[in-house]
Amino acid sequence: MDTRRWIERFAELVAADADRLTRLDAAIGDGDHGTNLNRGLKAATEALEPGLPPGKVLMTAGRALVSKTGGASGPLYGGALRRAGKALGDGADVDAAALGAALHAALDAVQELGKAVEGDKTMVDALAPAVAAYEAAAGDGVAAAAQAALDAAEKGAEGTVPLQARKGRASYLGPRSVGHLDPGAASTVLLFRALAEAAADG
Amino acid sequence: MCGNIGVMSTVGIVLISHSRALAEGAAELASQMGVGEVTVRPAGGDGEGGLGTSIDLVEQAVRDADGGAGVVLIADLGSSVLTARTYLEELEDARAGRPGEPETDIVLADAPFVEGSVAAASAAAGGADVTAVARAAHEAYAFRKT
Repeated sequence: MDTRRWIERFAELVAADADRLTRLDAAIGDGDHGTNLNRGLKAATEALEPGLPPGKVLMTAGRALVSKTGGASGPLYGGALRRAGKALGDGADVDAAALGAALHAALDAVQELGKAVEGDKTMVDALAPAVAAYEAAAGDGVAAAAQAALDAAEKGAEGTVPLQARKGRASYLGPRSVGHLDPGAASTVLLFRALAEAAADG
Repeated sequence: MCGNIGVMSTVGIVLISHSRALAEGAAELASQMGVGEVTVRPAGGDGEGGLGTSIDLVEQAVRDADGGAGVVLIADLGSSVLTARTYLEELEDARAGRPGEPETDIVLADAPFVEGSVAAASAAAGGADVTAVARAAHEAYAFRKT
């Protein structure tokens, strides 16, 4: 699995969908999610020097996201990628099991930092089921597991629509946050779409 | 990077906000409580003139505020809190890489932004240590207005 391809594809997908993410955030947050994440990922891809090993790619991208994103998605996605990169270590190849451990480390990082659990209407509602689905399918190889993770992320994100937000800016809206797709869950779907595409490429 | 030996330094305070104007305004208010005795540094906005939080600004502000007695961070919403937590995590990692060096205490207070900042500055001006300053900021949650 080419982690550079994963991050670059994530950046492309967010750039293409930045307006939609910002619109989703404007409905229940402060309307900057697409703009911020797009800026952070642009900085992340620019920071990726040629020849970095897979773990270092994620750590470098994560550092840039933390530093350049500007919104809550910076520390959350940045922290997640850094922890995932650390979990991969210095190895030159990423197999299905190593990627599973890295994804689990990413989920832990997001939950430790943001203190969100499933059902709070956050990115965790897409991330947690995606990681679980990946781990369940890891024996079938990276491509199949990543596809299972994407399917679970999409389902989890859709599941945020009827929820009332208990974390983040949307929680200030109380019951008025019901009926909207969570923007962080929506961008997490893009993270897993990028992963599935990078994994399918080999 | 510590203060002069023999000179009592007070705990520094860093105010992290999504808004640069809000951080600067709160710093102005809080500085009134400890004129000339307490260093209060704002770290607001994304560093490029927009709303948001910048970990680089936080890092710089902590460096400016630390006179050797440590620093208390007070954050407002969402990304400010997450950025402060991330900064502290990174600091811990960096310090783990240079054991044996003297380090000051740097903590994030669980506190309301404006009232907590004023209470923290007031406590710091009175010579309180990092733990007591953070506690004073936290106790500002109890200020009732009706």
